[in-house]
Amino acid sequence: MTETQAPQGETRRPPLWLRSTLLRHGFWAVLGLAGFWLLSIALDPFANLQLAQIAYTAIAVAGLTVLSGLSGQISLGHGAFVAVGAYTSALLLENAGWSLAPVLIVATAGTAVVGALVGVAAARLRGPYLAGATLALAVGLPSLADYHGLRDLLGGANGLIVSPPVPPLSLGESFPLERWQSWICGICLVVVLFLLANLSRSRLGRDMRLVREDEDAAALSGVPVARTQILAFCVSAGCAGLAGGLFAIVNNLAAPGAFTLALSLSLLTAAVLGGLGSLAGAVYGAVIVTLLPTWSTDLAQQANLPRAVYANIPLVLYGLVLILVILAFPGGIQSGVRRIGRLLRRNRKI
Amino acid sequence: MGRFLDLTLAGLTSGAVYAAVALALVLIWRSTRIVNFAQGGMMMITTFLGYTVVSHGGSYWLALAVAVVAGLVLGALVERVLIRPVAKRPPLDAVVVTFGLLVGLQGVAGMVFGGTPQSYPPAFGIAGFQVGGHQVLFSPNDLWIVLVVLTVMAVLAVVFRRTSVGLRMRASAFAPEVARLLGVRVGRMLTVGWALAAVVGAVAGVLIAPSTFVSPTAFDAVLVFGFTAAVIGGLDSPPGAVVGGLALGLVLSFVSGYLGPDIVTLGALVVLIVVLMVRPHGLFGAGTRRRV
Repeated sequence: MTETQAPQGETRRPPLWLRSTLLRHGFWAVLGLAGFWLLSIALDPFANLQLAQIAYTAIAVAGLTVLSGLSGQISLGHGAFVAVGAYTSALLLENAGWSLAPVLIVATAGTAVVGALVGVAAARLRGPYLAGATLALAVGLPSLADYHGLRDLLGGANGLIVSPPVPPLSLGESFPLERWQSWICGICLVVVLFLLANLSRSRLGRDMRLVREDEDAAALSGVPVARTQILAFCVSAGCAGLAGGLFAIVNNLAAPGAFTLALSLSLLTAAVLGGLGSLAGAVYGAVIVTLLPTWSTDLAQQANLPRAVYANIPLVLYGLVLILVILAFPGGIQSGVRRIGRLLRRNRKI
Repeated sequence: MGRFLDLTLAGLTSGAVYAAVALALVLIWRSTRIVNFAQGGMMMITTFLGYTVVSHGGSYWLALAVAVVAGLVLGALVERVLIRPVAKRPPLDAVVVTFGLLVGLQGVAGMVFGGTPQSYPPAFGIAGFQVGGHQVLFSPNDLWIVLVVLTVMAVLAVVFRRTSVGLRMRASAFAPEVARLLGVRVGRMLTVGWALAAVVGAVAGVLIAPSTFVSPTAFDAVLVFGFTAAVIGGLDSPPGAVVGGLALGLVLSFVSGYLGPDIVTLGALVVLIVVLMVRPHGLFGAGTRRRV
């Protein structure tokens, strides 16, 4: 539309892969897959398991970042959605004997439906009301597993055991299970990031930003505010559900103890730390909150700290990070990265 | 019938405590437009301090006094250091900061006191009263809880309606700019509001500790219940907090008695969603009208 006004002569047109959003995102997706593959074959089994954990955490955080960063809604209860995905996958894999791919798809879709239900309620709620309702969701939903009417189906406090996915024979007899698990999670992560990046550039993504900035203006310009907010909840819950499914097959378990308030909290910490609204930030955030407990435990053991101290270091750090990032660096890591990127570009021109 | 009566009495007792927590949240919401998600953590810390006094041989009353003073200091400190910088920013920031404070406090408590739940002594006997040869589910300690909560509410009502500090606090909450022009130290009033709320929370923590035990996460559910009660009543309304607390206490007591104690938190979620679907600003809340 604005083609005629754009300065034509002096500025060179960027290459095609930069001009087309789809191609650019596709390029990054292929690069991401290759990078993930290289990492996974370079790392030992334990590190591969951590890589898998980072990947599924990043999926859930990316979903949360769409919800909070794009559409401006907050959820303190994403752990509950992860639980829904994990239990759905566990039931379908173990009881119904489905194969992995359809299980993950159904876990995603099923959790998205649950998210839509929550979203219908959420679309009527603002700020603190929504935060409180989702907090109640995070504390309340996992207790369902221990309800006496469902204890037989959901396994009560012990949860459900999930048998690990078997690597396909075409990869060789001795292909390590951990690497296969990390591949599944890595592929899912890249696909999710690719889809979310496109979503964020799409009309729906623009509508979400508009709703976040000013609901009244959005409604005036014909954006269906409630529907946009519900869709955001739906997408973000679907991501959390997929993360839950992957959680189940990586940890071979779906149990209420895994989906505590602390999980919801670590997801929020990752999103805030990485930079709300940035998909790359979601990945940095996921890396840090996944590795932080391991690092702090290692350090504490070297320093001979008592167990009660080092078991709580991650919690204290999550709390500090949430407070400090909001007070001092509201843009998170990603805004720092962007600033460096801008500086580099400016220097190059000179 | 006896069971129904028992559940009703138990519901009113726990409801009184939820009402106190809700009241603390409402005090803060009215003065700063922030929901204090750290309320549960602040209660937990002050209760742990009380527990330390008790476990070192101090009396119940000394422990209560220590918890109250600790609440006063903690509330004022939190408002000055953490809340003031985010007060004028988007609501999301305040939510994240108070949530961060909640887990930070839980982590610190876990480091200092360990994760095992500790039992907290009640003030009075916990054996139910005898009424006509039947032992009801309402003990001298329950009576104490209800009386304390009622007293706290009465005192707050008097402070807000009859004292000049109360008048200045209400002015700061409702019209900060006008209040400032008239010479009210608005910032100081907000600090006082947070300190008062933390004191109410500290009292509620000591009251409920004998039945929940004390641990870093023991009050997560209490926070959710208090928030639910506040929302049912309308975050803006102190009487709403009381009504909401009692109503929620009754509902949860019946859920626990007739459906099973495992899903009480889920019960709170259902109540919350139902009330919010019907009245997004609670039963007594005025709500801001948006016009497009």
